[in-house]
Amino acid sequence: MAEYLIKNGFVFDPVLGIRGDKADIAIKDGKIVETTAVKSPKVIDAAGKTVMAGGVDIHAHVAGPKVNVGRNFRPEDKLFGYKPKSGIERMQGGFSVPTTIRTGYNYARMGYTTVMEAAMPPLYARHTHEEMRDTPILDQGAYPVFGNNWFVLEYLKNHEIENTAAYIAWLLRATKGYAVKVVNPGGTEAWGWGLNCENVHDPVPYFDITPAQIIKGLIEANEYLGLPHSMHMHANNLGNPGNYTTTLDSFRLSEGIKPNSKFGRDQVMHHTHVQFHSYGGDSWANVDSRAKEIMDYVNSHDNITIDMGQVTLDETTTMTADGPFEHHLTELNHLKWANVDVELETGSGVVPYVYSPGIKVCAIQWCIGLELALLAKDPMRIFMTTDHPNAGPFIRYPRIMKWLMSQDARNQQFDAFKHKDKVIEATNLAGIDRELGLYEIAQMTRAGPAKSLGLAHMYGGLAPGLEADVAVFDFNPNEPYAPDDIEKAFSSAEHLFKTGVQVIVDHEIASNGNKRTLWVNAKVNENPQVMRDVKEKFLRYYTVTLNNYEVAGHHYVPNPYVIEVDATQ
Amino acid sequence: MTKTVTDVICPFCGTLCDDLEVVVSDDGKELHEVYNACAIGAEKFLHSQAKDRITRPRMRQEDGTWKEISYDEAVEYTARMLADAKKPLMYGWSSTNCEAQSIGSEIGEAVGAVMDNTATVCHGTSLIAVQDIGIPSCTLGEVKNRADRILFWGCNPAHAHPRHMSRYSIFPRGFFTGKGHKGRKVIVVDPRPTDTASLADIHLQIEQGHDYELLDALRVAFKGEKLPDFVGGIPKEKIYEVAETLKSGRFAIIFFGMGVTQSIGKNHNIDEAIAVTRDLNEYTKAAIMPMRGHYNVTGSGQVWGWQFGFPFAVDLSRGFARYNPGETTSNDLLRRDEVDAVFVLGSDPGAHFPFSSVKKIYDRPSVAIDPHETPTTEVCKVHVPVAFVGVEVGGCAYRMDNVPIETRKVVEPPEGMMTDEEFLQRVLARVKEIKGV
Ligand code: SF4
Repeated sequence: MAEYLIKNGFVFDPVLGIRGDKADIAIKDGKIVETTAVKSPKVIDAAGKTVMAGGVDIHAHVAGPKVNVGRNFRPEDKLFGYKPKSGIERMQGGFSVPTTIRTGYNYARMGYTTVMEAAMPPLYARHTHEEMRDTPILDQGAYPVFGNNWFVLEYLKNHEIENTAAYIAWLLRATKGYAVKVVNPGGTEAWGWGLNCENVHDPVPYFDITPAQIIKGLIEANEYLGLPHSMHMHANNLGNPGNYTTTLDSFRLSEGIKPNSKFGRDQVMHHTHVQFHSYGGDSWANVDSRAKEIMDYVNSHDNITIDMGQVTLDETTTMTADGPFEHHLTELNHLKWANVDVELETGSGVVPYVYSPGIKVCAIQWCIGLELALLAKDPMRIFMTTDHPNAGPFIRYPRIMKWLMSQDARNQQFDAFKHKDKVIEATNLAGIDRELGLYEIAQMTRAGPAKSLGLAHMYGGLAPGLEADVAVFDFNPNEPYAPDDIEKAFSSAEHLFKTGVQVIVDHEIASNGNKRTLWVNAKVNENPQVMRDVKEKFLRYYTVTLNNYEVAGHHYVPNPYVIEVDATQ
Repeated sequence: MTKTVTDVICPFCGTLCDDLEVVVSDDGKELHEVYNACAIGAEKFLHSQAKDRITRPRMRQEDGTWKEISYDEAVEYTARMLADAKKPLMYGWSSTNCEAQSIGSEIGEAVGAVMDNTATVCHGTSLIAVQDIGIPSCTLGEVKNRADRILFWGCNPAHAHPRHMSRYSIFPRGFFTGKGHKGRKVIVVDPRPTDTASLADIHLQIEQGHDYELLDALRVAFKGEKLPDFVGGIPKEKIYEVAETLKSGRFAIIFFGMGVTQSIGKNHNIDEAIAVTRDLNEYTKAAIMPMRGHYNVTGSGQVWGWQFGFPFAVDLSRGFARYNPGETTSNDLLRRDEVDAVFVLGSDPGAHFPFSSVKKIYDRPSVAIDPHETPTTEVCKVHVPVAFVGVEVGGCAYRMDNVPIETRKVVEPPEGMMTDEEFLQRVLARVKEIKGV
């Protein structure tokens, strides 16, 4: 493998604690190495440019059945900007739900190299893996959903943590999954009957359990196993006015639980797209921001991490395993609605959505996401996402950087709102003058998410030994710049290395990389009861046989990266 | 000695049963028996054992006779034909695995082909309706475990999907449906008195071509509004009764087939059927699902979805993907003489397209990839026999509810036969050489 030396760039790296100082980064055999370790490297002149580790996205919907529903049922999403095949690049299309090929290229263009698919229905794991396989460049993993799974509901009803853990280990292996995802715990099962669970104590119909028990039980099972990532949470009551209390109730369920993981994370719950969970008021007429209450909690509890779910004011395609929420949304906007309920496991819905700067609620949502990030005391615990494509397409990350880094840019956006005064009144953002720097951005997009995922030993920084995922941006932080320069520079990396392969050269995609699929193989003690339960349920209630359920390696996961966990003690 | 392979997947219809047992000879070369499959499914497996099976590619001569050619020659002819064509049609893809479909897309991209699948003549209208209005649906296990109201509209699973009713929809006992058939109400809408209709609690013997009106009438009836005395030949009392039956269920499912996708109204019928389902969700839980025919037609829509963004009729001829059913659909292209070569894999347009289209295929350079002799192989210039997917080679397939299942290889193909995937790989490599990419 070629050796590289990226010379004289302004380096931003929270892992090494470098805050824009000039430094050289050396690459050898796919890893970052000491500069003395390379003999005759290819030299990249990064003088006057910004150098960071490859970006890590902790939460995006980029592969799998509901993403493909979004693509197939929205031909209008491809009206503009279809890109012909050229050179190494294959045809690419789609805006809010891009084709897999465009997904890989567009992330790479922003300097991202690792992206996690945030919700995999286990029965559709093969589909998710086929799409990830066809997404070039990126390392990816997928989170199977557990919060409405019948096995989990039945074990946790009796607080059987060990059995829950054994089942999780089995399912991660069967689906080649990465982490424990929870979406509207209990509520999506209730949606099987057209119902919902709106707060943590609403009983799940027929299962004699509450969302609170599910959440707490899954955190405990996650720590019992010592998985790399913590339980990954999308709470009940998403998107409803007044829901911040449900969010705080959900947060509190993590209190007193310590992480048990040798992968270096400090949290036991990652709560995702918190913007959608931070609303006050009791109707859309009086909805307001409760970002402050939420961040007061997060700032004072270090066993939680969160991501933003920033609204980008675009037309987009919402999609989530929160089936009842999508039904609620289609009743609000009367646009087309797709829904799929998945036997014994989960559900999902897809609805297009337009976040218009002319609509007060959309503008309030925009403010809340930014408030969360700007009120954060520790940028290592709050990460940049749009919950792609729910609050906006991921290609807007550089625009979010602009908003976070420049009060001027935010004020410009305020001026463009139709209901500016009402929006200012319902939110705190106008009173916040904080402007983040690139070091904090690197924390929120690289070091922080890598650590939260339990992948700090691979990604998120530029220390020797880490994967050689390195981005060079044509941005000089020491010269004066306009806010739009930020968006422009970080939308198009000048150079990008992915595990030591240069995939972008002079802003052009030069290689499809050697993408890997990350999954977690957790070893547990033999558990005959769980295996008996699995057999029984497959025989009686599933429509595929047990022997046809597991995603076997070869063509679904051609280039696996398996993280071994031993929970047999 | 023989051995039994269990958990085998049936590569025939969209029901994609995965509980078959197949008895094969110890050396894996002969297939003896198939258990659990329905008659048509079993036949598919046994067909692979035909003694007179064609095992080598062949090319039609001037005088109409066939000449055996090598796979190398077949690859060369196919690659040349596709590379030289301005706008080749690459049609079929419904009876093969996703791996082959994926390589097919790459070839299509390299040569600027139009990629179309059998949805173009069956559920393409459903896909268009979904683009209009969406689709509330579910997996078949949800039907098995929850559904107490089953409506079959314009389909006859008793013949087309023989095990559908026993595995998923009418007879099985599930978690919340312990009484099985007894706990379910079955409604069939069909102008014909079919075997499926004979199982129904209510059979609405609608007049041919009045599906849209009757669906619309149901929406009116849900709201308790006034109906004319008859709609599509059905008395209004019956319509109110059916509306009430659906609303009073805990979980209703509508299955629909080509009787409604390809009759007058086409995609508008499906729009309305989905609207019925949406409306029902105001009162109870309801879902709707197309009865997809070929075992992996659904998969080709999925593969093209993630690669190009469209489920069928994808025109790559301008260097980027365009989609406009009515323009980029196979029969429209053939009739307008817009394609100058035809490649068929995993389907039999010779048997299912209008005669005028079949004639156009006959007039052009054309290749058919198919393990069988079919009406299509009879009109194409070159016929390339291949191994049976799901019998002689495995690979991914998507069930009618989009659940992906990996089909299994149970028996060896005849000596020296290629699989779809291998053949396409060779063609892709050769096309790249010819095009210099
Ligand atoms: S119902 Fe369909 S999939 Fe099942 S055995 Fe019969 S033909 Fe095969």
